[in-house]
Formats: sequence, structure tokens, C-alpha cells
Amino acid sequence: MDTIVDVSLVLLSISLLIAFYRLVKGPSMPDRVVALDLIGVILIGIMALFSIKFVSKNYFDAMLVLAILAFMGTTAMAKFLVKGVIIDRDSD
Amino acid sequence: MIEILTSILIIVGVFFILVSSVGMLRLPDVYTRMHAATKSATVGVTSLLLATVVFFSAIGETLSAKQLLTALFIFITAPVGAHMISRSAYYTGVPMVESINEMTEDTEPSD
Repeated sequence: MDTIVDVSLVLLSISLLIAFYRLVKGPSMPDRVVALDLIGVILIGIMALFSIKFVSKNYFDAMLVLAILAFMGTTAMAKFLVKGVIIDRDSD
Repeated sequence: MIEILTSILIIVGVFFILVSSVGMLRLPDVYTRMHAATKSATVGVTSLLLATVVFFSAIGETLSAKQLLTALFIFITAPVGAHMISRSAYYTGVPMVESINEMTEDTEPSD
């Protein structure tokens, strides 16, 4: 089982590199936002494997916070790409 | 037995996340890459979180609800985020790929 966890960490690192390649190369701006969302999800998976590897429960709070931050970043970036502002103060 | 179940869940999760990143690399469009980045990655990370639930309930810890809460949160927020990103991509004029399904283009008669 330790071997499976280690090999899985290597495979997740490879998929993180592929997502980072799309983040750097992506031709448009929503490509990069989608790649950042995928990087957040892969980091949550890596933290889950770390919590199994080093039998520790301290990673769960970090996983929850990272999920919330990835969603907030995606939403803010989507609104910024459409309107040019994130928080619009005029109530139309 | 518990180790076998945890290992199967880990293998399934890593397979789906790897398929998702390969789709990020290979698909031709923003709107098609969003399929890879949301659906299969959600299934993969949910399987990994279920693996942690099984593992920590097997070694005698009390069942913590934080992993299940994280999985539920990802299930809720991944379609919402994909919808907002595709909406912003459509409004800012990101081009779609011309034809994905080439079979229908060949079989239908062209006027």
C-alpha cells in the first residue's frame, strides 16, 4: 500500500505538470482559469494522499480551505473577464 | 481487506485525475477542455477523499466529516465554476473549434 501511495503521488505530480503546461501555454484567458481550477483539484488529491502517507489528520482543514479558495478565484476571475470589475457598486 | 479497499479507491481516483489532465492537454477548445477539468477530476478527487475516509475509519480514529464536506463542496462548486467560466469565455469571444464531429459533416448533404 505504501508503494501504491508513492506511485500515485508521482502520477499526480505528472498530471500537475500537464495542467501547469496548459496554464502557461493556454491561448486564451479562460484556458488559464480552467487550468488553475484543475491545479487546485489536483492539489486537494495530493493532500489526501499525504494524509494517508504520514498518518495525520492535519491536512483536512487545508483541503477544505483550498477548495473554497479555488472556487472563489474561479468566480472572481470569471466576473472580471466579463465586466472588467469584480465587485460592481452600482445597483443595476 | 481495508488496505485493499483503500488501494482500489486510490487507483481509481488517480486514474480519473490522470485522464482529466490528458484531456486538458489534448482537447482542442476551452469548452471541451472544461469537460475534462470538471467532471473526471471531480470523480477522481472524490474517490481519493473516500479513500481517506476508509483509511482513517479503519485505523480506529473517529469518523471526521471534513473529507465528506470537502467532497460535497467540490460536487457543488465545480459545475457552478465551469458554468461561469464558459459564460465569460463566450461573452469575451473565445472561438469555438469548427467541427468536432466529422462524421455528420461527411454524411449530410451540403446545399
